[in-house]
Amino acid sequence: MNRFAALLDRLAYEPRRNAKIRLMADYFRATPDPERGVALAALTGKLAFTNAKPGLIRTLIAERTDPVLFEMSYDYVGDLSETVALMWPAPPKAAPAANHPPFLSEIVEGLEVLPKRDLPGQLAQWLDGLDETGRWALLKLITGALRVGASARLAKTAVAALGDIPPDEVELVWPGLTMPYRELFAWVEGRAERPETLDPAPFRPVMLAHAVEDEGFGGLAAADFAAEWKWDGIRVQAVSGRSLEGERVTRLYSRTGEDLSAAFPDLVAALDFEGALDGELLVVREARVQSFNVLQQRLNRKTVTAKMLAEFPAHIRAYDLLTEGGEDLRPLPFRARRARLEALAARLIAGGHDRLDLSPMVPFASWEALAAARADPAGAGAGPDAAAVEGVMLKRWDTPYLPGRPKGPWWKWKRDPHTVDAVLMYAQRGHGKRSSYYSDYTFGVWTAGEDGDVLVPVGKAYFGFTDAELLEIDKFVRSATVNRFGPVREVLHAPDEGLVLEIAFEGLARSTRHKSGVAMRFPRVARLRWDKPPREADRLETLEALLRSEG
Amino acid sequence: MRPEDLLCPSPKGLYSPAGDFYVDPVRAVPRALITHGHSDHARRGHGQVLATRETLDLMALRYGANFAGATQALAYGESVDINGVRVTAHPAGHVLGSAQMALDWRGLTIVASGDYKDAADPTCAPFAPVRCHVFISEATFGLPVFRHPDAAAETAKLVNSVGLFPERAHILGAYSLGKAQRMMALLRQAGHAAPLYVHGALTEITDYYEAKGMALGPIRPVKGVAKAELAGAIVIAPPMALTDVWTRNFPDPVTAFASGWMRVRARARQRGIELPLVVSDHADWDGLTASVAATGCEELWVTHGAEDALVHWAGTRGLRARPLHMVGYAEEDEDAQAAAEGEPPPAAAEGEAEAGAGDGAP
Ligand SMILES: [Zn+2]
Ligand SMILES: [Zn+2]
Repeated sequence: MNRFAALLDRLAYEPRRNAKIRLMADYFRATPDPERGVALAALTGKLAFTNAKPGLIRTLIAERTDPVLFEMSYDYVGDLSETVALMWPAPPKAAPAANHPPFLSEIVEGLEVLPKRDLPGQLAQWLDGLDETGRWALLKLITGALRVGASARLAKTAVAALGDIPPDEVELVWPGLTMPYRELFAWVEGRAERPETLDPAPFRPVMLAHAVEDEGFGGLAAADFAAEWKWDGIRVQAVSGRSLEGERVTRLYSRTGEDLSAAFPDLVAALDFEGALDGELLVVREARVQSFNVLQQRLNRKTVTAKMLAEFPAHIRAYDLLTEGGEDLRPLPFRARRARLEALAARLIAGGHDRLDLSPMVPFASWEALAAARADPAGAGAGPDAAAVEGVMLKRWDTPYLPGRPKGPWWKWKRDPHTVDAVLMYAQRGHGKRSSYYSDYTFGVWTAGEDGDVLVPVGKAYFGFTDAELLEIDKFVRSATVNRFGPVREVLHAPDEGLVLEIAFEGLARSTRHKSGVAMRFPRVARLRWDKPPREADRLETLEALLRSEG
Repeated sequence: MRPEDLLCPSPKGLYSPAGDFYVDPVRAVPRALITHGHSDHARRGHGQVLATRETLDLMALRYGANFAGATQALAYGESVDINGVRVTAHPAGHVLGSAQMALDWRGLTIVASGDYKDAADPTCAPFAPVRCHVFISEATFGLPVFRHPDAAAETAKLVNSVGLFPERAHILGAYSLGKAQRMMALLRQAGHAAPLYVHGALTEITDYYEAKGMALGPIRPVKGVAKAELAGAIVIAPPMALTDVWTRNFPDPVTAFASGWMRVRARARQRGIELPLVVSDHADWDGLTASVAATGCEELWVTHGAEDALVHWAGTRGLRARPLHMVGYAEEDEDAQAAAEGEPPPAAAEGEAEAGAGDGAP
């Protein structure tokens, strides 16, 4: 555990992606099974413990330290787990050597079987055996507050780096594997065959689009591109297949590969096809797509109830087909995939499928015609669904489905008012009835810095969110604080961790007072993008291009 | 007879009415005892200065030969009489030449320890507790969260990182007097035999340590060395240089910092440190409390740092204690820290202005 804690500690301080990969790979190389497999589970967010409440930790430390010294220390450090980890008295030197530093794997096993009443004693014994960093990591882990300074994707990339295996290959076998991942390590280290992908419904890394800057179709030929509406929902990948036992397995993934199936049982049950498709998750009532706000109400619910399923029926509007009946369609050009998708959708709908339909194409002959459609989706074919259209998507007819964000094949062209996906950087306590909430948000977008991309603040928003969203953000701010400056808290804002806010605004102006060089008019929080990793937030160049086009 | 007749706090520093001299005065005085060469304790312009040979030499390096009217060297264990007060120097274990000053007068002993640590340090004589009636202690790390780990294990983190990132330079921030040379010695003990590169601010003091017989291995000035040559190298620099444009001269540098402050994550993050090493030349909480106990003192006076916690601890032990609220003592580390904390983050300041920019919108 001490070694794993040291890795976590180092990852938290290291900003560079490649360095993080190397640190994790080094750890995996030096750590035996099953310890490294349990660590991999922790790094990929597969371990979720909430065994201990802060109250228990306070009790344990109160039994061991002077209360005045504890309060002075807590006040100074500002984080309960860290304070306790540092203050925890070292056991007497003569203590039995049986107190070897516990392994992470031992702790995880222990937590699963431990009766609640034995937790305080066992926890104290583990803490006695660990060093400061080990205690810190353990306390964060068991209070459910462990934050890993690397994404699951990066951890898998580090595993792939142990051998000569492309990270996407690890991604493909991943869903069929479980802790402690012995067969995965054996495979990447060349000691065993590739593990069978037992999962009949695995996630495939998604293809993403670049934003069209307003000045920008220079050089692109309209005839090379297809256009569809860009829906204001959640991008999902629906995958369905049959297990070896012949059982149907259907999963719904977010675009980052998170399994959303549990939140949408109605949709998962309705999907009946063999393959993987890319589409937008929307709430559809009486054949009309509802606004994102309605979808948000369903997303906000913790538990799935029958009433909610009836009130907020989930639906997929499909726009791409990645596999069908075991055939990988991704190498095919978009035109061929679209034809296969249309045929599939027609069959399903004819068969009575009412939870899936096809995202229609938007015909256009010139960029001017497309701009007109984008400005008036209702008049250009979207009809009553126009309120859920947030722009158009452009896809080259001739390109295969390429994971990542290749430059050129796909473009997104959002509607006005302008929106930008920005990352929450600082939060400040509000005034009046909001004085106990962090309700004023400074957000930033990416720009090139000395060592890779950095976030530069571009504005501040203090409305636009609902009361429920305010609670969510406030909770996030408190749990993700990395610094305090009086009433202001700096929150975690790394490429793989942090909160993306979709900011709507009316216009931009040049500003010499701001480091970013731009000032937003009437910025507000349009929605919270929990589904979006900060690295995918917008870039300053997007705003600069907009600024130029606005004169 | 009260202890205050022998030594008492004053605006210029600790003053001895009986002996008519000051200990580590913050302003120029006619007669001063100096515990060690750090700039907050050793200032220029005093009339007569009594200190160890090493402290006098280090002051001369920093301020020039004429830093005081007259100087007198006092070796560890040696005593001298000043107006009836017997002054004896004892090793403080803080940096080369650091001394605790024991004052004996009419059967009363007060020890002014300056800065000290009880942890091992290959570059200076070990701290020796001195029995006394009143012990004067600093409390830089006077909170129980400060428990400095084994310095060798911290040093190993740096050596391992160099092994893992051989194409990058590692810039190690370390206080130029004491910490820098201790890190050099620790790196050698850890088996790192390659040349260590140093920032110009470190060369004179490091040369002095070597002249005193410390074997620090090959040390090279970093100035003029080609960028490519610094891949895989460790470069030692004063902490202030870490945030300087100076660091752009290095291949994809990893910034490390050796300081007791690195124990607290928020502090390391605030400074943008990527590899914090918890190595301190001050006693940690366990060291402070153990050292106080080892002196057998009847009374504890606390000069600078987290006085309240140490005074509270003494109270729980039935030991009389009081804070002296001395001002003007802080390591350079701490000064930089204080400045950083007093300043709001640039983003928050911009955010304030932003609220105004939104006005006039629909
Ligand atoms: Zn000092
Ligand atoms: Zn000092």
